[in-house]
Amino acid sequence: MLHMPKTPDYRSLVEPTRVHSSLYTDERIFQDELERIWYRTWVYVGHVSEVPNPNDYVTKSIGPTPVLLVRDRAGEIRLLLNKCPHRGNQLCAYRRGNRTTFTCPYHSWTFSNTGDLIGFAFADGYEGCDKRQFGLGKVPRIGIYRGFIFGSFAEDGPSLDEYLGGAKASLDQLLDNSPEGELELTAGFLQHRTKANWKFILENETDGYHPAFVHSSIFQVSDSGIGKLYDPRSSALTRDFGNGHTEFDLRPEWRRLDKPLQWFGTNEGRLPDYVRAMTGAYGPERARQIMIDGTPHTMIFPNLFIAEIQLFVIQPIAVDETIQHVTALQFKGAPDFNRRLRQQTMGSVGPAGLLLADDTEMYERNHRGAAIRDPEWLTLTRGLHRERRDENGYLIGHSTDEVPQRGIWRHYLELMTA
Amino acid sequence: MSSTSASSLTLAEAASTGSDHAHRQEDAGELMHRIEQFLYLEARLQDTHAYDDWEALWTDDAIYWVPANGHDTDPEREMSIIYDNRSRIRLRVEQLKTGRHHTQTPPSNLARLISNVELVRQEGDEVHVRANMLVFEDNLRGETIWAARNEYTLRMVEGAFRLARKKVALVNNHKPIFTLSFLV
Repeated sequence: MLHMPKTPDYRSLVEPTRVHSSLYTDERIFQDELERIWYRTWVYVGHVSEVPNPNDYVTKSIGPTPVLLVRDRAGEIRLLLNKCPHRGNQLCAYRRGNRTTFTCPYHSWTFSNTGDLIGFAFADGYEGCDKRQFGLGKVPRIGIYRGFIFGSFAEDGPSLDEYLGGAKASLDQLLDNSPEGELELTAGFLQHRTKANWKFILENETDGYHPAFVHSSIFQVSDSGIGKLYDPRSSALTRDFGNGHTEFDLRPEWRRLDKPLQWFGTNEGRLPDYVRAMTGAYGPERARQIMIDGTPHTMIFPNLFIAEIQLFVIQPIAVDETIQHVTALQFKGAPDFNRRLRQQTMGSVGPAGLLLADDTEMYERNHRGAAIRDPEWLTLTRGLHRERRDENGYLIGHSTDEVPQRGIWRHYLELMTA
Repeated sequence: MSSTSASSLTLAEAASTGSDHAHRQEDAGELMHRIEQFLYLEARLQDTHAYDDWEALWTDDAIYWVPANGHDTDPEREMSIIYDNRSRIRLRVEQLKTGRHHTQTPPSNLARLISNVELVRQEGDEVHVRANMLVFEDNLRGETIWAARNEYTLRMVEGAFRLARKKVALVNNHKPIFTLSFLV
């Protein structure tokens, strides 16, 4: 362990261009993060398409805490805690299903899928008991932006709209790629476990500096053309949206090449049904622009990552353990497109993914390295001298610059010292 | 020599009787032996990172499938850990051979056991086989034990078995799992 004061002083651990290694490895800091980040800010939980029908539910999480994402009998989205308020028993042991009530297997207390206690077994011992006092725990605030469901354990605070800020434009850009403007996350998630702190993953998602090295093996054996996006000649940008949200903006490169679906490594002839549907929905000019720009590469702090063709959810489990949940993006009204999205996603991500297995190896080596005493500080200076503001006032830099990482840590320091 | 039941025959005894029944016993025993030898060969090539030799076991129309979230999902609609056709099997091997697939540099140290081999059915030049598998993996992270119920379709091609289909159903594939970058 590194030398640490009894109470971490975050101002002395996070500097504008360097961070202290203990931020990744100290158990007390992890516990602080749960309280000050995961149980306070807006956290992505799931998508409306995962509970399409009344009474559908699916088990999700906010940090290490399991959450039942429910669409109740009236169709309203709810986030319930999976804990019987009687003796604390895990209420629901299934990952998903459709039911109007949840009954605890221990003493048979039964709850409506709105979270209200509706019945006791052996009721004669509970005379005069007010059932309203024994409902399920709830995530107090739910916010939904274009189908993306976020929850916050804080009763008060910024609205989801204020929190997402400039990152909303990335979600809009994403949904423009559906002829019907909607996502359907129906392919199920891969769950990739990593012995590393969650922030290494967060920082890597919009790091354009590493692919040329970490992914050189796949660039060498497949002619995807992706490798060129991450080299010093690329016109792609990194951007800090504020609030910890960051992106790797590939549009400058795609616009320079000016070919629809080039971003997806294909062309209009290969996806005729999709191109027809897009043209019908948006008109030829706008459809062409959407298909040139492609989808975003955006990390919404602290846990939602849209990686062009995939959706990742980062779940911290412990100071040295994180799970990445990942699925193929599926666009409503685009079956031929969706099939390719699934095939490419299955090849690249998850425990055996040709790309993500190497990222995950780096996270684990990052984590082991961070525990070594010397040097204590890790540097984030790349591109500092050429950082600038775009027309919206967001900080931007070259695709290989550490603009996103500095932005993440600025936001982190605000949250941890609030 | 006479026998009271087929199950009491040893292979050697059956061979000496000359009856049709005994011949079938002998053929079945020989077939199972060849199947087992093939599965052990594949296991050894995987454990020793003999990438080219392993790739050569596959037929041109092969499917290599490691499902997620259960054992009976639809890989054409749902996410799988691996769902490779022949060209992606090749890509997977080519990536390993670059020496820069970091998660396998250094390569995992592996030993696997193949057991409970069952011949499910025989159809023309193909046999459908089940087997359990236990893999001990040691790498930079530490030690991991992987268990799976495997299903194989083996096709006889020019007198030798080839892999036409392999399904590796990890028993814990509904839970988060560590990186699985060796040849499973």
